[in-house]
Amino acid sequence: MFWHRELETMERSALERLQLKRLQETVRRVAASVPLYKDRFAEHGVRPDDVQSLSDVRRLPFTTSVDLRASYPDKMLAVERDQLSRLHTSSGTTGKPKAIFFSASDIDNAADQIARCLVMTGLKRGDVLQNMMTYGLFTGALVMHYGAEKVGCLVIPAGPGNSERQLLLMRDFRTTAIHLTPSYALYFADFLERNGVNSKRDLSLRKAFVGAEPHTEETRRKIQESLGIDVYNSYGLSEMNGPGVAFECIHKTGMHLWEDNYILEIIHPETGEPLPDGQRGELVLTTLSRQAMPLLRYRTRDLTSVIPGPCQCGRTHRRLSRITGRTDDMLIVRGVNIYPQQIERVLMGLPAIGRNYLITLEGLDEMTVQVELAETGFDGRVEHLVKLKDQIVERLRAETLVKPKVELVPPGTLPVSEGKAKRVIDKRVL
Amino acid sequence: MSAVRLVSVFVENKPGQTANVTGILAEAGVNIRWATIASSGSFGVLKFLVDKCDTACQSLRRKGFMVSALDVLAVEVPDQPGALHTVAQTLAAEQINLDNTSGFVAKNAAILIVETQDLPRAGAALERKGWRLLTESELINL
Repeated sequence: MFWHRELETMERSALERLQLKRLQETVRRVAASVPLYKDRFAEHGVRPDDVQSLSDVRRLPFTTSVDLRASYPDKMLAVERDQLSRLHTSSGTTGKPKAIFFSASDIDNAADQIARCLVMTGLKRGDVLQNMMTYGLFTGALVMHYGAEKVGCLVIPAGPGNSERQLLLMRDFRTTAIHLTPSYALYFADFLERNGVNSKRDLSLRKAFVGAEPHTEETRRKIQESLGIDVYNSYGLSEMNGPGVAFECIHKTGMHLWEDNYILEIIHPETGEPLPDGQRGELVLTTLSRQAMPLLRYRTRDLTSVIPGPCQCGRTHRRLSRITGRTDDMLIVRGVNIYPQQIERVLMGLPAIGRNYLITLEGLDEMTVQVELAETGFDGRVEHLVKLKDQIVERLRAETLVKPKVELVPPGTLPVSEGKAKRVIDKRVL
Repeated sequence: MSAVRLVSVFVENKPGQTANVTGILAEAGVNIRWATIASSGSFGVLKFLVDKCDTACQSLRRKGFMVSALDVLAVEVPDQPGALHTVAQTLAAEQINLDNTSGFVAKNAAILIVETQDLPRAGAALERKGWRLLTESELINL
């Protein structure tokens, strides 16, 4: 199913012509209205007219999260203030947030993009979407909300948390799809199990859209199995509109990135050199349709690759592989680079292991991984637990090359996130 | 062969956990006849022989504890030197490994609680040698 069949299945050559036209417009606009870009263009010796082909995008300067923070609150605007309709911010873990402005057409465009994503998974008019993301400054919930309304869904703006109420809404209004973080999905599946709710038997749920946190294929599988529904991976970031920048179709083989709205590049995170399709690197995005706050070559810090070849669904917009980490998330333990996703992959591959874990770094580079047992992971024997623990230590050592300390804990012991999960606590004083 | 069920509870290894569990059992009117606690790093496992195994499991589960009923053997041996040795020998001869084993003395009888991976074979071997295995109700009503 398609929302805009023509646009979604457009010939690559036509798509690229559209991209170039929009890129040229965007570059001209920011050169005229955004001081940061005016200065950068001068420094790099580029003029808007130099953009003659799509590959000329590489002559343009990068934009980083540091630039966005330095431009806080409103120094990146490309329109007059009275053209603004909405402000979102991107979670700043330290210091100032990043302010992202939307014009009315930006809001509509973001919603349209979500509509494509949802329809691509088979969602349609009459579906009931329970939106379990955080409403507010975070883009996650609101952007999805508008898109799902556009599709013709009944949207329940439940927000995250309060699992009892979520279940009540789900039952009474026959929710067919949910939008939430993967960590909350795992927690919620566990909540249903504890309360004797079999989602397949007792609920009308069919689909879950999970995003806002990088997660592994094993986590998807675990959510799918425990809820008995289809789970689709959603990629987005507030700087680029929020959710729906890239999304999985029914084939679940990578996320189609909407190339009429973005130019995508994969670069080597250190050298900045372009990488070929199939090779993993940092995703860099340029907005093509943004009015209020266009961004050129934004360094997302997310690591992914372009999946070569066409998708069975017929869409020509290229697919991104699962985000395997953020360049910012990387932990360096005893000199070894570790991504939390590597640890997650190991844990979620073990049936006796539950859904929540926490990585703590402390002292002299000691890594402790606390792991919740699955509800069915205890048969009464201490020996089996000790063996399981040793097995986890060994597998993590093989995966990360660092031998961690592993602590098994009962389900429900570790702090629960109903928003974005906090998986790593770094107490090292370096 | 008759196995006896123990209530086995997985808990975090931190102060107050045993009291939480025993409090729930007391409230449920469950009488504990025997108990053992094993801890390993971050976690501990509490095992109880109780008069009402099902009630105990249900009430602990309801309070969110991870509980499993664990089958063990209860062997009655004479309260005299060498008794444990002969039981151990019987199992050794069959190449059966003992996991957690402990004993207590009640009314002139000594009871060994034997945990092993291969319960049926261990039970059969002991019965062949003439040892008496107590049923759950016999054990509780000692």
